Amino acid sequence: METQSLPINYLPIIFQMLVAIGFVVTTMFVTHKIGPKRKTKDKLTPFESGIEVVGNARTPASIKYFLVAILFVLFDVEVIFMYPWAVNFKDMGKTGMIEMFIFMATLLAGFIYVIKKKALDWD
Amino acid sequence: MSLYLTYFIVAAGLFAFVAVFTMFGVYAERKVSAFIQHRLGPTETGKYGTLQVLADMLKMAQKEIIIPAAADKILFLAAPVIIFIGVYLGFVALPWGPGLVPANINIGLYYVFAIISIETLGILMAGWGSNNKYSILGAMRSAAQIISYEIPAGFAIIAVVMVAQTLNLQDIATQQGVLSAEKVKFLGLWDVTHTGGLLSWNIFKAPHLLVAFVIYFIASLAESNRAPFDIPEAESELVAGFHTEFTGLQFALVFLAEYSMMFLVSMIGVVLFLGAWNTPLPNLGAVKLANWTTGPLWGILWILLKSLGLVGVQMWIRWTLPRLRVDQLMNLCWKVLTPLAFLCMLISGIWRLWVM
Repeated sequence: METQSLPINYLPIIFQMLVAIGFVVTTMFVTHKIGPKRKTKDKLTPFESGIEVVGNARTPASIKYFLVAILFVLFDVEVIFMYPWAVNFKDMGKTGMIEMFIFMATLLAGFIYVIKKKALDWD
Repeated sequence: MSLYLTYFIVAAGLFAFVAVFTMFGVYAERKVSAFIQHRLGPTETGKYGTLQVLADMLKMAQKEIIIPAAADKILFLAAPVIIFIGVYLGFVALPWGPGLVPANINIGLYYVFAIISIETLGILMAGWGSNNKYSILGAMRSAAQIISYEIPAGFAIIAVVMVAQTLNLQDIATQQGVLSAEKVKFLGLWDVTHTGGLLSWNIFKAPHLLVAFVIYFIASLAESNRAPFDIPEAESELVAGFHTEFTGLQFALVFLAEYSMMFLVSMIGVVLFLGAWNTPLPNLGAVKLANWTTGPLWGILWILLKSLGLVGVQMWIRWTLPRLRVDQLMNLCWKVLTPLAFLCMLISGIWRLWVM
């Protein structure tokens, strides 16, 4: 089992990206150039089910989205911390596990606080 | 030089596969939905409507790319590209058979999840760039949903990583069959290292991994914006969500990304839980079914069959269950799936240290 990856192992990713970008840019450019373009005022207005557009679409969004985003950042960072531990935890044995369980308990306390504060109730 | 050519051919082959899968996927979806709703589905174009998708693609390629006057040009043009590339790059680390993996990297699983998250960025760009009320609402909902469900999915995956002790997807795949170098125990009791087959898959290695698989599957439905978690594109209220303003090829790219995402999450689920490219047939005494049906070509066949099976289940669920409300969605994610996945992870730790 290889534990280390060399930079060359990552090379296929770059090739994959080149193929994808190549395809997307070529087809979009070609269809854009070949096809006819007719611009009228009504065609270029934002779609609003045929009703006249009122105001700007970029209005303030509900605070709940922001809360969810912040909570995601918090919890996902914790999840990321757990990956290296999850890979190596057998070598760390019981000590490592108890330490990590303390960390998780702290995380869980925060999680319970968030739920008790009703930060995730969507009304 | 020939090495680079191989990389290029592999990348192009994967792209061709994604495109072909999307065509079959759209056709299958329409036929499956028709069957479930007691309709006929497409019948006019070609025999049994088989040419319908081809005709649709031809039409979409011919359409003009309309950039609305209010839209942010750069964001609007770049969004579908980023959505598609984010999903398509995920395929690079997934194993197809013993020794068959485009990029054998030791943090494969981590990489796949990092690159899939880029899709969220593309969706937000699409919503904000379109400057359309439906698009912005759809993008907001989509982002909130995808990032919320990433947490239970992440915990469920850690449960597997703890059992497998590696992030390399090829190693995780190898551990679940007769080629495994380690001891494989069915439910931690029965040594099945040389029996292989169905019995050595990850979901049967420990009972809580079955729960983890269900959690991952539900989360993956939400991450690919599929019903019952399709409030971001809810046709009856948001027209089409974040891709309302897209026309022609841009719309085709978003569609391609959606169907590739379906296959990608199914394939990750198969690699992590359902034995990857390992055969479901076990060795029975002198009848060495598992040894006979293991190999590169068999691997491709098995992983394709399993992934397509999961995609089929996704379609079945989409046309069976009604759409969830946004508060139900958040409750399910934060109050049911996340604690459950957390519990799975804890059990995984105890299981690995004392049972396996």
